[in-house]
Amino acid sequence: MLGRGLRVLGQAIRTEPRLFTVGVVGSSVFGLLVIANSYVVGYVIGHVVVPAFSSGHAGTGELALIAAVFLGLSALRVASVFGRRLGAGFMQFRLQARYRRAVTSRYLSLPPAWHQRHATGTLLSNANSDVEAAFVPIAPLPFAVGTIVMIIAAVVALFFTDPVLALVGVTLFPALFGLNFVYSRAMSPRQIRAQRMRAKVSAVAHESFDGALVVKTMGREADESRRFGVFVTELRDALISVGRLRGLFDPLMDALPSLGTLAVLLLGAWRLESGAITVTELVTVSFLFTVLAFPVRAIGWVVAELPRSVAGWERVQAVLSATGDLSYGDKTADAEGAAELRFDRVDFRYGDGPLVLRDVSFAVPRGKTVALVGATGSGKSTIASLAVRLMDPVGGQILLDDTELPSLSEAALARAEALVPQIPFIFDDTIRGNITLDRPEISDKSVRWALDLAQAEKFVRNLPQELDTAVGERGTSLSGGQRQRITLARALAGKPRLLVLDDATSAVDPRVEADILAALRGNDAGASILVVAYRRATIALADEVVYLEQGKVVATGTHAELLAGHQGYSDLVTAYEKAERVEA
Amino acid sequence: MTDAGTFATIKRGLALSPELRPGLGGTIALALVQMGGRVAVPIAVQQGIDHGIRGDGGPDLQYVVGVVAVTFVALMISTLAGYLMTRRLFTVSETALGGLRSRTFRHIHDLSMLHQQSERRGTMVSRVTSDVDQISQFLQTGGVQLLLASGQLLVSTIVMFVYSWQLTIVVLLAFGPSVAIIRLFQKRLASVYAAVRERTGVMLGAVAESVVGALVIRAYGVAGRTEKRLDESISGLRSAQQKALKTSVTSFSSGEIGAGLALAAVVVVGVLIGEDGGLTVGRLTAFLFLVTLFIQPVQIATDMLNEAQNAVAGWRRVLDVLDLSPDVADPDDVGVALPVGPLSVRFDDVSFRYPGGPVVLHDVDLEIPARTKVAVVGETGSGKTTFAKLLTRLMDPAEGEVLLSGTPLTSVRFSSLRSRVVMVPQDGFLFDATVAENIRFAEPSLTDEQLTDAFAELGLKDWLDGLPGGLETPVGERGEALSVGERQLVALVRAYVADPDLLVLDEATSAVDPATEVRLQHALDTVTRGRTTVAIAHRLSTAQAADEVIVVDAGRVVQRGPHTELVQQEGSIYAKLYASWLEQTR
Repeated sequence: MLGRGLRVLGQAIRTEPRLFTVGVVGSSVFGLLVIANSYVVGYVIGHVVVPAFSSGHAGTGELALIAAVFLGLSALRVASVFGRRLGAGFMQFRLQARYRRAVTSRYLSLPPAWHQRHATGTLLSNANSDVEAAFVPIAPLPFAVGTIVMIIAAVVALFFTDPVLALVGVTLFPALFGLNFVYSRAMSPRQIRAQRMRAKVSAVAHESFDGALVVKTMGREADESRRFGVFVTELRDALISVGRLRGLFDPLMDALPSLGTLAVLLLGAWRLESGAITVTELVTVSFLFTVLAFPVRAIGWVVAELPRSVAGWERVQAVLSATGDLSYGDKTADAEGAAELRFDRVDFRYGDGPLVLRDVSFAVPRGKTVALVGATGSGKSTIASLAVRLMDPVGGQILLDDTELPSLSEAALARAEALVPQIPFIFDDTIRGNITLDRPEISDKSVRWALDLAQAEKFVRNLPQELDTAVGERGTSLSGGQRQRITLARALAGKPRLLVLDDATSAVDPRVEADILAALRGNDAGASILVVAYRRATIALADEVVYLEQGKVVATGTHAELLAGHQGYSDLVTAYEKAERVEA
Repeated sequence: MTDAGTFATIKRGLALSPELRPGLGGTIALALVQMGGRVAVPIAVQQGIDHGIRGDGGPDLQYVVGVVAVTFVALMISTLAGYLMTRRLFTVSETALGGLRSRTFRHIHDLSMLHQQSERRGTMVSRVTSDVDQISQFLQTGGVQLLLASGQLLVSTIVMFVYSWQLTIVVLLAFGPSVAIIRLFQKRLASVYAAVRERTGVMLGAVAESVVGALVIRAYGVAGRTEKRLDESISGLRSAQQKALKTSVTSFSSGEIGAGLALAAVVVVGVLIGEDGGLTVGRLTAFLFLVTLFIQPVQIATDMLNEAQNAVAGWRRVLDVLDLSPDVADPDDVGVALPVGPLSVRFDDVSFRYPGGPVVLHDVDLEIPARTKVAVVGETGSGKTTFAKLLTRLMDPAEGEVLLSGTPLTSVRFSSLRSRVVMVPQDGFLFDATVAENIRFAEPSLTDEQLTDAFAELGLKDWLDGLPGGLETPVGERGEALSVGERQLVALVRAYVADPDLLVLDEATSAVDPATEVRLQHALDTVTRGRTTVAIAHRLSTAQAADEVIVVDAGRVVQRGPHTELVQQEGSIYAKLYASWLEQTR
């Protein structure tokens, strides 16, 4: 653990060598000043105070000099504190910012398949708390390095003063180090346990508040509180055990330097008696022990944070080293008008899983609408994602106007095709921003045209600031149907040549949905359409239906043909009507 | 943040956490003993120098040994006291904070839907997690140090005063400027750290967008836009952090300057006063030691101030939630139970508005006889969901009254209400547990056999058998391992085993795959049999099958009657809804 932790620190230092140097220099100067201060105090007592008390008077000039020296040392200490703390702090913040950028930039370039394998919560904490944890030890690091410099200097100074008194230091400092190490070692599993319990408590609270309606309507508040209480109690116990260890360690850390001072007093009196040292030296050394105790703790802070740092760093590295980026070609697809899409013997699997699509071939002819129909899990959404190249097939090829998708440039692909996913995603932006997504070619006129086609024009007009209305994080101020219509307008506004609708109007009122489909069918959009559909009305609109069963195309044809000629198909699409009969 | 606000928060917080009070005196007494140990060493130095080393008859080793021995014992006692004190403090404070978490958790559940909706989920979660964590973290690190520091400040001042009142005044004067600077910075510190918190929120929002919206960002090729936003928010946070650090270091370093001033002044004034002023070499030396003891707390205090403010702010947020009154309150002991048997419903001139908002339900006056099946239809935003929430007392009407079998809802004990009236919400929320555990949520005492029977009675045996682990199949976070329709199935079974007398169904709007749809309809048929049922219908097949249809439009009931009658009222809202629905399904 120590080795891996030091490697993280090393990496951090290599990344920000200048700031680290500033911090370490500041900290080392601080340490040397602390030692110097002790020597000045000793000198003043021995050479100024004692003679002055003996003779009854002191020179004004001498006193002024002493005051100037103390104030000068103090000013230098302030400067060194700035160097140490700003160097360390800026280094930590810069590292955090750098790795946050790196992680989120990976998120943007890793393919959807990778995203699907990782829970949202995990990815959020990778970019936030893991990055933070990785660099927590950076804050006290320069202080700790400076402390080591200070202690070496102190021991050397002690030997020059008096080898016998130096022995106190030689005993005391390793004891302080040792205690710190033991403490950090003992603490880290307790901290980890507390952290784990914190996550549990948070997860239960999240879930319980998410399901607040169910909890309330079933009158289960008391039981939920009990469930939550179990984890709260465990967290409490974990935190108490952290606290108890701290309660043991802190007073010991306080006591050790005081013991050192007492030892110096004892040995010093003996050495003084034998004439080996002077009062000056005795005062100096005992003062030194009083002020050295605190900085030694900085080393403990670094050691204590290392396990968390390593864990955070490794999770961050896992994101940074993830592979599977889609590479793009450089072909453009700037033909005008609706495009043709062809699936040619396409196979697909997620990761190492079983094949979810097998030998899928079909075409969306220029300007036509093709519906994908099949039961849950038959592969419809997978086909939709492949069609807009969110991922690549493991076998076969997908062609847009006879060009293989991977040979198109990213921009060309985004311009030619638009996907409207099942779950609408709304950005924290205005209505306009959500539709244009800063695509420069989309004018306000196009935005209004798209809203009109998506049957969203009326409700947008009624918003307080119309197109400039901010919709909040995830569009919380909009209803589900409104969100779907905004995302549909987003797709239409770019005038794509192929529109892929993945069950994109499920939350829209049936009447509104009918209007949307009529507009699309009238081909006002000027695009070929591939649509995943459940509702019969949607399916009936298609020029052709591709019927899927367990990842295979089992029938293609018009809705009427399939209804008459394919048992599985007719069973599926008439299920709604069966449902009605059952109820009636 | 004003001082008054801080003290008021602490006072309010202590009143609400009675666990904190017992033994507080003992804790403080132990802390004082620990403090005593810290000043023992400077006293020993003074005694050792004045009487042992510079004693009249030359160095007196024996005397020094005595002083050291006494101080050693004092130090050991003080260390032990320190251990006992922190141990005690952590146990008490963590117990209190655990209690605070649990009470806040329960309180949030007791708040009405209104509050639950207006507060964001994530914010409520932080009330019982990070806000309390902040208090705990402060108490465990800064809090103890702050407590000890203030004690140290007090004790060292007293000892200094005993040695030389003149020098004590000098020291206090020397620290005057530092204290003034620190006070001056307190406000600025609060505002720069508030900026850091705000920037953190913005950064988290941007990161969340890049993760949750990854697919859309990719599909539209707009990674550049998102990257820019991320970049800005990450840099924004960094500069806020740097600014806060600069402010905090400036404030911290004023303590250093005070230390320099104090040391210089003590030596100069000490020498000037000399033995005539009652000083000795030992006393002056001890004074220099004491000054460092005096400096440490000042520095620690400035360092911990920000943490303390965070903790107080967290505490205040928790207390603010506890202050929200659960305006839909359980009448509890003074409440009554619902009469036995099937329930009838009566809305007596009921109106509803969200606080400060327009009226969303106007003068609804209607009666639903026991055992009837009623469908409420209307467009999105017409008020039909509000109707359901009033019926289940998730909210109370602004005017009028809702009665079940003649008993006003507001007078019904929750224990009776929640066991007799059950609502199946739209999203059929499931907990991250097994199918069985989710159903036992309604009725914990059910055996596996009874659960299987319930599935069989609803015609869902084949579906259950098709699950990989049967009853023990985990449903995943929010039930996401199941399809939307399957989640509704489980939610329906859950409602069924609760065996309510009034069932309120909020039908899902999203499409369900047809095979599941058939199962749902089957199951619904059994669940609703013999009970009073109010369904918020999105599919008119549900309305068609109901005994009566209530049509809501713009917050008013505009039509009532059986489907066959309503559909014949030409030009009516229902007739239009039905016509368009027919077009959809044929």
